Amino acid sequence: MPSLGADMETGKLVQWLVKAGDRVKSGDVVAVVETHKGAIDVEIFLDGIIDNLAAVDKEVPVGTVLATVRPPGETAIMPAPGAAPAVLATPVSVVTPSEVAPRIAANLGRTRISPAARLRAQQLGVDVAALGAGSGEGGAIGLRDVEAAARPLPASPPPSAGSTVHCGFDPAQMRLAIAAAMGRSKREIPHYYLTDSIDFTAATQWLAAWNAGQPPEQRLLPAVLLLKACARALQAYPQFNGFYLDGGFQAGKGIHIGWAIALRGGGLVAPAIHDVDRQGLPQLMTAMRELVQRARAGGLRSSELGDPTITVTSLGERGAESVLGVIYPPQVVIIGFGRVQPRPWVVNGQLAVRDVLAVSLAADHRVTDGHLGGQLLAAINEALQHPDIL
Amino acid sequence: MSRITYREACRQAIRAALLADPRCFVMGEDVGRYGGCYAVTKGLLEEFGPQRIRDTPLAENGIAGAGVGAALAGLRPIVEIMTCNFSLLALDQIMNNAASLSHMSGGQFAVPLVIRMATGGGRQLAAQHSHSLEGWYAHIPGLKVLVPATVEDARHMLAAALADPNPVLIFEHIVLYNAEGELDDTVTAVDIAHAKVRRSGSDISLVSYGNSLPKCLAAAEQLAGEGIQADVIDLRVLRPLDGATIIESVRRTHRCLIVDEGWRSGSISAEIAARLADEALYELDAPVRRVCSAEVPVPYAAQMEAAALPQVADIVAAARALLRPAG
Repeated sequence: MPSLGADMETGKLVQWLVKAGDRVKSGDVVAVVETHKGAIDVEIFLDGIIDNLAAVDKEVPVGTVLATVRPPGETAIMPAPGAAPAVLATPVSVVTPSEVAPRIAANLGRTRISPAARLRAQQLGVDVAALGAGSGEGGAIGLRDVEAAARPLPASPPPSAGSTVHCGFDPAQMRLAIAAAMGRSKREIPHYYLTDSIDFTAATQWLAAWNAGQPPEQRLLPAVLLLKACARALQAYPQFNGFYLDGGFQAGKGIHIGWAIALRGGGLVAPAIHDVDRQGLPQLMTAMRELVQRARAGGLRSSELGDPTITVTSLGERGAESVLGVIYPPQVVIIGFGRVQPRPWVVNGQLAVRDVLAVSLAADHRVTDGHLGGQLLAAINEALQHPDIL
Repeated sequence: MSRITYREACRQAIRAALLADPRCFVMGEDVGRYGGCYAVTKGLLEEFGPQRIRDTPLAENGIAGAGVGAALAGLRPIVEIMTCNFSLLALDQIMNNAASLSHMSGGQFAVPLVIRMATGGGRQLAAQHSHSLEGWYAHIPGLKVLVPATVEDARHMLAAALADPNPVLIFEHIVLYNAEGELDDTVTAVDIAHAKVRRSGSDISLVSYGNSLPKCLAAAEQLAGEGIQADVIDLRVLRPLDGATIIESVRRTHRCLIVDEGWRSGSISAEIAARLADEALYELDAPVRRVCSAEVPVPYAAQMEAAALPQVADIVAAARALLRPAG
């Protein structure tokens, strides 16, 4: 079960998009996992033959083995029924102790069940013996296992490769997840904040000229310039692109910008647009459109949730003038853009009306200082003065 | 509202008691000229004179015995024992006389005695000044055992204790003396019968008292960041124990972690766990767990002392293990 963000503890496998024995290659979407961020497509990170697919519709902790992949050409050793998958020739993932525990418990004969769960099972008429291992310590059956068993399972569509399940996310769950992540951020991260105003006129003019000749679906939005400008600045100042882990900074592998997307039912996600520095503007525009659509309709990919090395939030035309963000741990920076609006501005000693954009930086003081932060903002400003070379 | 230290709250409580009742006096080692070894009685000798603020010889059994006698004779003594480790010298008077006389006389003699003691570790005072023995006293019928953890309780429990016709022991934690808190001026009295829920949560009950309470509250704050909502219960009174409040909480959370600076074996935490097993077994969705002090005399060295006493990280880890055993 992949970790789809620092705030994720468990996930529920809802569908396999491949069968045991299928050949898979790195990047293929092989399964759908339901999290508080909705249904997420899980990509595989290995080439080979997939096998030992875990059962669907079970909530499991992050790190649980969902399947094993053996290199192509290697003969399959079919495990005896009931045997642990760990006996495979070359298991790619390790079996964690927490998975071993239920198996041991299952052999003890007597059902491990908490007193409260036993009572509830009686009340609800749940057959405890049929439950198998539970979610508690050593596989003990707890209240939540009994209650889950008592609830009739929703009819799940027959798994067929290529189709996607769209599970609605639970806004209350998402609110709790946001509360946990943002609470942790404010508790642990000594934020410092910098703000600046950017003359956005050159960008507005360049966009107007570019879009004039384009059909509506290919027109660029200002957001794509902001995204690319951030990537340019991060190339020059890689100290801001990465994570604070184990008491130190770890640089991100690639500039994967988490783009904050507000969801219609409330809540937000910030999935990654990968390698922003290496993509052209039209390409980025397509990626961004598609990402927003999938974030709102369901179908984000595991790599998009797990990979962001920094977050950028842009409030857009209807947003506020400026925003001071809260860092999404373990990232170390969030860059915020306000609304572009005409403002009095001094150009060559004369007052002029220009399009002005507020930019802000909230950064982790354990990693960088304000001086460097100021240089990052200056680099973003500088990049936006030359949209033609972005 | 006013912000005061726990020490100041204790001092105000004693001063108010002395002003309110001429039968009331303070007696103990270094309570007068020195102002109390934790400076709780500082300034009281000047204000009330040596008749009512009495320095005594270093003889705990004598002090407690004189307190029992004074109480029997109609006075309202507040006896201070420097640290509960030394109270062992007075155990005969406390248990065989103070706690027993009312029963042995068929209710003819009440012993309205209040004994204040410093308790607990964390200030590098080594094994002979750092133990938490309130759990032992909670074993004894005939005593009330109070463990104020907040400035409000430090300020108001004494008056309730003095109003009680039977002996009451008050254990003040040495680390709390310097702790500050908001004192609500509109509160003029507290009960000495009930535990209190200091923070509400639905996932796990953290049951503690004394200096373990602020540690539990800090742990609850951390756990909230992980999405675990802890119900934090301040026992306030170890005898008689308010089992109903604990069980009511466990009925909501189905999980219980007891945090007690006393040693684990034969402790008040063991008593609570036993009551839960007895009266709330079918509410429990996980084993009752405890975070207690290591079963060694409290060490002097700072790191070793910290390692021996319950810490916030221990509480967080134990709570997490109860909630997310597989993770």
